[in-house]
Amino acid sequence: MNKARAGALAPAGNRTALNQGIPSRAGRPRSGGARRWITLALLSVALLAPLAFAEVVHQERSLYQTILVVKQGRTLCLQFSLRRAQRNQSCLDERRPERMVLAYTRMMMAALLFGPAPQRILVVGVGGGTLPMALTAIYPEAQLDAVEIDPAVVEVAKRHFGFAESERLKVHVEDARVFTRRAVAAGHTYDLILLDAFGAEYIPEHLMTREYLADTRALLTGNGALAANTFAVSQLYDHESATYFDVFGPFFNLKLPSSGNRVILATKGRLPSLMTLNARAAELAKSLAPYGIRIRDYPRRLKSEIDWAQNARVLTDQYAPANLLQAR
Amino acid sequence: MSALIYCLAFVGGFVIMSLELLGGRVLAPYFGSSIHVWGSIITVFMASLALGYLAGGRWSLRSPSLAKFAGLLLAGAVLLYPLVYFSEPAMDWIFHAIEDPRYGSLAASMLLFVLPTAMLGMISPYSVRLLVRTTEESGNVAGRLYFVSTTGSALGTLGTSFYFVLWWEINTILTLLTTTLVLAGATALTVARLRR
Repeated sequence: MNKARAGALAPAGNRTALNQGIPSRAGRPRSGGARRWITLALLSVALLAPLAFAEVVHQERSLYQTILVVKQGRTLCLQFSLRRAQRNQSCLDERRPERMVLAYTRMMMAALLFGPAPQRILVVGVGGGTLPMALTAIYPEAQLDAVEIDPAVVEVAKRHFGFAESERLKVHVEDARVFTRRAVAAGHTYDLILLDAFGAEYIPEHLMTREYLADTRALLTGNGALAANTFAVSQLYDHESATYFDVFGPFFNLKLPSSGNRVILATKGRLPSLMTLNARAAELAKSLAPYGIRIRDYPRRLKSEIDWAQNARVLTDQYAPANLLQAR
Repeated sequence: MSALIYCLAFVGGFVIMSLELLGGRVLAPYFGSSIHVWGSIITVFMASLALGYLAGGRWSLRSPSLAKFAGLLLAGAVLLYPLVYFSEPAMDWIFHAIEDPRYGSLAASMLLFVLPTAMLGMISPYSVRLLVRTTEESGNVAGRLYFVSTTGSALGTLGTSFYFVLWWEINTILTLLTTTLVLAGATALTVARLRR
């Protein structure tokens, strides 16, 4: 009858793991070693060089996770893990700050293919602030709400990634489920919703259920579009697909050969035809080019076929073991 | 008879921690899984257990019996089962009545979990009263009882978080916990009748 381990807290990393994740300079053999040792050493230096210069700019343990800002050359990345299999949450190219470095952020922007310029936008999960900043730059008239549970992430985004709040870009530091429920009750609507709340380390399970998605769908305007950054591997792929299908009906999957992510694109209306998508891509191409988004490539990659196990159980508030399913 | 009482204390510990872990699941759709939600749940469970210990000790002064002990488990079941039906409307009401998610989650935790947890908390001191025969052995009995009930808590935590949520829906797990309490209480009641 003792205290529960607070299950919601992100698993803690430890300091020693850091050295594994970002190797420091590759070991150099003593002089006088055999030639093959020198060759091996040179090879390993060459291979590890890009990693060797990764520098930890900032590190902190927040209420929810370990936050790392890592610099490799001119690229600054936000990470939420000290583990070896680290995943960048958000990256900034200092020479071209508008360029979207990570493939999944570019893929999320495919949601713009669904309709006219969005007036009201909701972004769930701020990270480095890449998506909200880009969207407010592309649509200066739009009103954007960004929801982030971890106040430390918002601070880091502001300090290191050029993220800034404004009249048009409001940050709400709270759980997305709470925000969404209040927004539904208040009758708010959005033309575009981007869900980017899932890390590889810990999945907020209450944000991956039929009930949450139904609430989120209720926030969409008639032709509103939703993009969700989700999991491409593990059993969770099937469950998550089944859940989205249950709420939205047919949706598009966007996968790129170069990226391990899968972005789900759904709408309250009907899925647009390839012709409509291509036409829209042509309109958008110029304004998205500075961000490195080749939007014309996307329409033909949008697939609405069912490519998941049909018998996968839908995730609900009653049944939501997303983290356990991901581990399988 | 003492083996039975230890078993029932184990069940009590198991159910309490299983319920606590489910508490996080129950509250998340309304109050999220921010750190204050877990704070609310743990606070309410600790406070309820504290009250339960006090009440259980008090009640053990009034002609204690195995039949009354069985009553604690059955009452725990009666207070636990309604969660299946009324937790959603209750949370919906609180969500709209209280703006701040900290106090909302605290109020919801109190409304949902104080009664069953306090009732189950009464089991431990009441068990001590039924088990202790002499002053000399009292510490030993209490130690063994804590061992058994806390082991139950540990297994309730593990089972719920590793397996139950993967196998069953929350309401199914709550129903199973209720059934377990009813069976435990019925067993104790039967034994009490037979011994009379």
